[in-house]
Amino acid sequence: MKAVRIVQGTAVPLDRTDVDTDQIIPSDWLKRVERTGFEKGLFSEWRDDRDFVLNQEQYSGANILIGGLNFGTGSSREHAVWAIQQYGFDAVISPRFADIFRNNCTKNGLVPVTVSDEVNEQLIRAVEADPTLEITIDVERLTVEAPAVGLETTFPLSEAIQERFLKGLDDIGLTLRLATDIDEYETTRKPWMPAQA
Amino acid sequence: MSQPRTLSQKIWDRHLVTPGVGGAPDLLYIDLHLIHEVTSPQAFDGLRMNGRPVRRPDLTVATEDHNTPTEDQDKPIADEISATQIETLRVNTQEFGIVHYPMGHENNGIVHVMGPEQGLTQPGMTIVCGDSHTATHGAFGSIAFGIGTSEVEHVLATQTLPQARPGTMAITVNGELQAGVTPKDVILHVIGVIGTGGGIGKIVEYRGNVFENMSMEGRMTVCNMSIEGGAKAGLIAPDETTFEYVAGRPNSPVGAELEAAIEDWKTLATDEGAVFDEEVIIDAADIAPQVSWGTNPAQVMPIDGVIPGPDDFDDPNLANTAARALDYMDFEAGTPIKDIKVDTVFIGSCTNSRIEDLRAAAAVAKGRKVADGMRTLVVPGSGLVKQQAEAEGLPEIFREAGFDWREPGCSMCLAMNPDKLQPGERCASTSNRNFEGRQGRGGRTHLVSPAIATATAIAGHFASPEDLA
Repeated sequence: MKAVRIVQGTAVPLDRTDVDTDQIIPSDWLKRVERTGFEKGLFSEWRDDRDFVLNQEQYSGANILIGGLNFGTGSSREHAVWAIQQYGFDAVISPRFADIFRNNCTKNGLVPVTVSDEVNEQLIRAVEADPTLEITIDVERLTVEAPAVGLETTFPLSEAIQERFLKGLDDIGLTLRLATDIDEYETTRKPWMPAQA
Repeated sequence: MSQPRTLSQKIWDRHLVTPGVGGAPDLLYIDLHLIHEVTSPQAFDGLRMNGRPVRRPDLTVATEDHNTPTEDQDKPIADEISATQIETLRVNTQEFGIVHYPMGHENNGIVHVMGPEQGLTQPGMTIVCGDSHTATHGAFGSIAFGIGTSEVEHVLATQTLPQARPGTMAITVNGELQAGVTPKDVILHVIGVIGTGGGIGKIVEYRGNVFENMSMEGRMTVCNMSIEGGAKAGLIAPDETTFEYVAGRPNSPVGAELEAAIEDWKTLATDEGAVFDEEVIIDAADIAPQVSWGTNPAQVMPIDGVIPGPDDFDDPNLANTAARALDYMDFEAGTPIKDIKVDTVFIGSCTNSRIEDLRAAAAVAKGRKVADGMRTLVVPGSGLVKQQAEAEGLPEIFREAGFDWREPGCSMCLAMNPDKLQPGERCASTSNRNFEGRQGRGGRTHLVSPAIATATAIAGHFASPEDLA
């Protein structure tokens, strides 16, 4: 994956809770066997509504998506992360992400930024008031800043995930370095565990 | 004496290849990797691009389910994109030497029906699949969770996953269930209590006499929907019910090995004095047969209730979500649930397509007729479930009552195959998600048990079996 240090730009405020991955990318799109071309599927059912926030011109060119509580619930489809990224977003902000969605973000270099309910609300209102508001997410310092509205806060990311973002590391390559440990573990497995001939 | 541990902590500890040090995740060994056509093609491409083999094809089993039509399975799949995705799985499993059950094979079926049926799911294991309903397998006392495609590739290449240790949550339901309350009602009620995000970051252990008294299939229905409460996984301590179910299946241990396994499995239960990060206690008597009214699985009501309004919620987030849901579902607050007409009934999915579900539905359907104009689908979860149902004469009961008896697959759970809702159609469904458009663009889904679904098909509006003449 590509290294990410700073995400800087404007944001789209998606002021809804429980945005599930079926909304992010409807299942029709999951039939594809490729890893690219999902940007058109992003929120495709909601985008038919002319007033939907992604269709509002003032937010065009934004590279940060601000969602509500419980963002990315439901299906494990990584296509949701691919669609968000391929549409042009580099980071998603929410007070709480669903586990699988968050994991999928970290495997693809889409920065999941967890902030408090209050900060999330403040950011959404600030962006609605001024769509050109510049927001900076710093993966090294783990900060979110919007100086124009005096907002500065931190967000959590484990050291291991932070390092992967900063260095753009390949998870599988890292694990394969531990092949001897895996070999050793396999000698201790219970003999009755199922295995195919 | 070592610290008392919970069931999930014990299984986790057993699977540590290397513990995470200094904030790094643990490296967890994966005993079983189930794959299907939707979330695996890009993972196999990744392996090929990097010249990496599958480390343990012998611990990997594939089935096709999401795209498979539930009619005419002996003919080629008409939808070209679906056909390509399925063909891709066949080519990939062939190339990498992975056992695969294609459409039409008696072992083919929904991945979470097939695994337990084949004895692949056993207590004390770690099981993953690129599918969020993988927690189903937790019914056996396993840690089972859904993963994304990058993680599918990781497991294929290494048979391990780097994972932060989840928290623990106990959901205890004790007491006597009211008549007519099924495992589906229990889990819908639980999700209604904890909310869609209540379990995020945690593995839920379902405890108490209600789960102890449940059959394995009932426990699977419960664990299946753990993700709808946000949980990473859900599990239930293995007991005699579990051992009896596992014994005698194709991949299960036999003889002395089975005895040794059972002795070991008995040690997995949560130790006395172990502490959970969070505990939720529910009185079984408070649980009624449930119907979901909104667009997330926490928006549920007893079937005797009325559609709530935004004013019924103190939390502004819940009130806003309710307002949006009422709009999408085309409801007025205050409408009695039993007055709501439906035009489609779906009985199936990884939540409710096993033989006990079909028996429960057939018991209600027997000697009755579905309402005029009602579209119905009864979809067995696997080829073996279908065979068993046929041996018991269930298809005849369904057909005589006017239900459409189909071939196995995910069917109308998720709109990836020909079984879909049309815009504005309203469906009583035994599946697991009532998200907007989940069963087809513009479709409206109500989650219910097989008994309620069947009674509703006959009455034409939401109904319990007791409501039928």
